[in-house]
Amino acid sequence: MRLRVVILAMALVAAGGADRVFAQQQPPPDFVPVENAPAGEQIPAMPLLGAAYGFIWVGLLGYVWSLARRLRQVEAELTELESRKR
Amino acid sequence: MTRSMVAMLVLAAGMFAAAPFMIDAAPYEATMGLVYKIYFFHMPSAWMFLTAAVTAGVASFRLLFLKRPRADHWISAAAELAVLFGAFTLVTGPLWARKAWGVWWVWDARLTSSLMLFLIFVAYLLLRKYGGAGSDKLGAGLALFGMANVPFIYVSVNYWRTFHPPTSVVPTLPIEMGIPLWYCVTAFTLLYVILLRLRARLEHQRSRVEALYLAEDEL
Repeated sequence: MRLRVVILAMALVAAGGADRVFAQQQPPPDFVPVENAPAGEQIPAMPLLGAAYGFIWVGLLGYVWSLARRLRQVEAELTELESRKR
Repeated sequence: MTRSMVAMLVLAAGMFAAAPFMIDAAPYEATMGLVYKIYFFHMPSAWMFLTAAVTAGVASFRLLFLKRPRADHWISAAAELAVLFGAFTLVTGPLWARKAWGVWWVWDARLTSSLMLFLIFVAYLLLRKYGGAGSDKLGAGLALFGMANVPFIYVSVNYWRTFHPPTSVVPTLPIEMGIPLWYCVTAFTLLYVILLRLRARLEHQRSRVEALYLAEDEL
């Protein structure tokens, strides 16, 4: 009897029926596909875009301001030193 | 400031003021939609980041091997700009990636080596600020090491598996996306040249102040 079952199973595998045999053993899927992502899960692009451009604008303006301030300071110091030397 | 510098500054300011209109007029990208428009500032920032690293490396070579002391001013200027444009690149990239890839960051060759280059120039600035005498030579060595990273960063996307777009994106860009991109590249390049010259001038004036103080002490 057991030999017959083994032979039958082997015959099914050989005939390409293995998919059907093993498919019956798979549990139901945990992940359910949907057509569209839930609205709360979508990542909006606008805040990311705004943050990227905002960061660059603020960074550039801040750097230009800092550079101008440092240049003014050092040039004022230089003028004072040169006038003292004379 | 020279007349040419003023003209360049006015031109760069005008270009930056008009950039949002150019970017707004660019079409959406089919799979990424609106968020890909970060590219128009992200890519020029990344190019200026690498350009600053190369500038610092070339100036370091001049200081270390050709014994040109004024090259140190250019290294300091370029290193500071590498940190500035590196910060722009490393902040805008993850903002884009969050939407396009679903994650803020991946430890692939391009992103990791870019972060490393940024940290090299942060280390350079800290070394120059707190390193004391002799830090100029050590810093130049560090900047040379930074420059050696640049080709690796550039080609990394073509050789290693990554989410990051390859270098072939730029030459194959459709014209309606290419025009705003090259416009922004021009604006960033102009700004880079102006900032580099101003920052180098600051170093030059600082060295003059130091020389005057030393002369006063000797009297």
